[in-house]
Amino acid sequence: MAQMHQPATGSTCPGCAEPLESGDLYCGACGYDLSAGPAAGVDTPTVVMGSPVAGEAWPAARTADGSGAPVHLPTDLPGTDSGGSPLPSHVRLDGREAESEPDEYPLPAPDPRAVDLADLGEHATHVSTPVKVCVACRAGRVDEDGYCENCGHAQPRERDHMERELGPVAAVSDRGLRHHRNEDAFAVSTTALPDGSPAVVAIVCDGVSSATRPDDASAAAAARANESLLQALPQGTHPQQAMHEAIVAAAEAVNSLAAEPAPAVEHDPHRHQNAPACTLVGAIAAGGLLVVGWVGDSRAYWVPDDRTTPPARLTEDDSWAAQMVAAGLMSEADAYADERAHAITGWLGADAYELDPHTASFKPDRSGVVVVCTDGLWNYAEGAEEMAGAVPVDAAERPLHSAQVLVGHALDGGGHDNVTVAVVPFAVPVAGAGSAYN
Amino acid sequence: MANFSKSNAPQFSVEVYQNEYLPEGGREVNAIVTVTSTGGGTVGGAALTGAALSPSAVPGQAPGAAVVIMVDCSGSMDYPPTKMRNARDATAAAIDTLRDGVTFAVVAGTHQAKEVYPGDGRLATADARTRAEAKEALRKLSAGGGTAIGTWLRLADRLLNSADTPIRHGILLTDGRNEHESPADLKAALDACAGRFTCDARGVGTDWEVKEVTQIASALLGTADIVADPSGLAADFTRMMEDAMGKEVADVALRLWTPVGVEIKFVKQVAPTVEELTGRRTEAGPRAGDYPTGSWGDESRDYHVCVQVPEAGIGQEMLAARVSLILPDPAGGTPQTLSQGLVRAVWTEDMAASTAINPQVAHYTGQAELAQVIQQGLDARKSGDIDGATAKLGRAVQLAAASGNADTAKLLAKVVDVVDEATGTVRLKAKVAEADEMTLETRSTKTVRVKK
Repeated sequence: MAQMHQPATGSTCPGCAEPLESGDLYCGACGYDLSAGPAAGVDTPTVVMGSPVAGEAWPAARTADGSGAPVHLPTDLPGTDSGGSPLPSHVRLDGREAESEPDEYPLPAPDPRAVDLADLGEHATHVSTPVKVCVACRAGRVDEDGYCENCGHAQPRERDHMERELGPVAAVSDRGLRHHRNEDAFAVSTTALPDGSPAVVAIVCDGVSSATRPDDASAAAAARANESLLQALPQGTHPQQAMHEAIVAAAEAVNSLAAEPAPAVEHDPHRHQNAPACTLVGAIAAGGLLVVGWVGDSRAYWVPDDRTTPPARLTEDDSWAAQMVAAGLMSEADAYADERAHAITGWLGADAYELDPHTASFKPDRSGVVVVCTDGLWNYAEGAEEMAGAVPVDAAERPLHSAQVLVGHALDGGGHDNVTVAVVPFAVPVAGAGSAYN
Repeated sequence: MANFSKSNAPQFSVEVYQNEYLPEGGREVNAIVTVTSTGGGTVGGAALTGAALSPSAVPGQAPGAAVVIMVDCSGSMDYPPTKMRNARDATAAAIDTLRDGVTFAVVAGTHQAKEVYPGDGRLATADARTRAEAKEALRKLSAGGGTAIGTWLRLADRLLNSADTPIRHGILLTDGRNEHESPADLKAALDACAGRFTCDARGVGTDWEVKEVTQIASALLGTADIVADPSGLAADFTRMMEDAMGKEVADVALRLWTPVGVEIKFVKQVAPTVEELTGRRTEAGPRAGDYPTGSWGDESRDYHVCVQVPEAGIGQEMLAARVSLILPDPAGGTPQTLSQGLVRAVWTEDMAASTAINPQVAHYTGQAELAQVIQQGLDARKSGDIDGATAKLGRAVQLAAASGNADTAKLLAKVVDVVDEATGTVRLKAKVAEADEMTLETRSTKTVRVKK
């Protein structure tokens, strides 16, 4: 991602042939706007010229990630600004010339990027740059519709990759490698029961691709279920009851989307027949209980910290394959090999026959983590043992890292679907429960 | 019709109908772009293009319009004599339809072009007096001489562009072949006039050449039709003039922007008629080109855009084209974008999605083929290729029936005996009225819209 183009190093100004410093936006000698795009029309100079701008922005982003010192120090950034203030000493000599002959070498109009970079030097955590360069060709700017003005490539959207860590719980969602958008959504939160003990909540939803606006459906369901739980749990509602109500609330949120008109620009015939729909799986770790709830084929797995004890799948899919197995009509292997295996028989949405929220309560006798995920992950780790094998041993201590590893597992496997994973640690309450999560 | 109290500019909307999903390796992207202009009534051109437009475009009033009527006065117009009389009556009816304030002129066309009214290379401004004078001048029209349509168009062009008027329109009537100039002369005249004014063309009787008349309408972004019975001219002229008076914005262009590596396969207007635009592109900045659409009133037109995109992997998405409607600034400044739509490409492994054909695209692909097979069938028939004609016109019958194009189906039924329209089984009629064949050929490009 962070490609560090440093083309200016060792090169010369196209205007006056003066040697340039790495990261220069303007020539110190003649004020030539080095970011002004193709000067000589050779190769793809916009890549080269435009990139330092984008390149300079990345170190700041890295710092924000906490992954090390910036590659460039703020002092590496150009000394010129829109006001033409003094340049750093190593180009000051030429800079004076430029200032003494402003009429002969009129400075170009202030470049907004330059201003932004000047800010960047002072506020190193500032990561947004107003001018986005295409991630695909790195030559074109990104238009207001989110496409490259040069190659037309769609730009990454916010939902393409999302990560969130909240105290003990974390979740990661990724578009995967084969889908053009991320139709999964998640919500993680922490709250407290009336007795003050902590409650940890994770909700994961998978939009149904064959329906309209699956991405909106999953986002609405995850948000509403989470909201509902955050309201019910502190009031003392039993977690299992709260989970049931949250699923019902999420279903209503998805149903209400069907009433909204779809955006007028999309005339997408094969999606139009179906109301927005999604699956939902949620987990609550609270008061020594582990509660899961689901509709559809998104799953929750129990992976104990002590890997010598058996892991378990906690949910039963609302899917064709699961029903076949449950009815004893097919073996599990045969059922999941069938092309109808993934056809879901239950979902949230106005087209669902009837809403049948499943919930289950467990009282684990040992610590572990719950992996709450969409089929984008479990397709690559179907059995509980396989899933446990993919979960890092330190999952309870590093939930975000574990979620990242699990998404990586799915992507390594082919990333055929959107992948969303939430990792919810469950600690067996010791005496004086409530300190387990800090 | 003329509501002078209305001052709002017409609103253009662009809607894109497409299946953006491509299979792995898929490269062809088709989209139907529906452009609708509404809300302008009969005014608004002035408001839209700004105050700097022209003196005749006073805000709150109708946009300035100029019309030149070109009447064929060649010797053949006297055979039968009703033709000349009907042409005179039709022109009078068209003059009666002129809105007050519109500038106009009448040109008599033979092997040369002659100003009938007002003369001296000027345009008259329509009011009760000039309308009466113009109709009086029509009495002087008499048949005699040859036919050189290029000279008529060049005179009309001089007259229409003598004043700075945003909407410039011609109405051309001919009854015979363009015999007194070479096809190259007509082509040169059309090239010179294209983009300078729009023109509807009509053939009266059956002694004219369909391809000449459709060529004129096509080049000058107007309509072409046959008026086989001269008595129908007055009604047709009135309708044409009403349409011309309803135009609010002139010189609108369809701008197509495509990213690097995307190749434009074709751009056509597909409704209300099929009109090939691919070759009429003028470059408009990096990777963008403009296709002329002429002037617009309250109306809706459909365009079929087909582009070839570079291959991309499953899960990729790109903008394949950006379609916008552009109104050039008469002062030469930045053109105004009236509305725009996006044509996208998304690669998916969902076969159900990638193999679906958008119903609009399918429909207009069929309509374009319909126009083509009628043309080919009639050409085959003329050259004596009975089998070829039967096959092509049979296919036309099948397409017209399947798409619900009842008007074209009726015209076809006058040329062939339909045995089974579902399979396209037909027999050529032994005897076909010339007017019927010419009507079918002239109207072969008329399309119907998708049944909702």
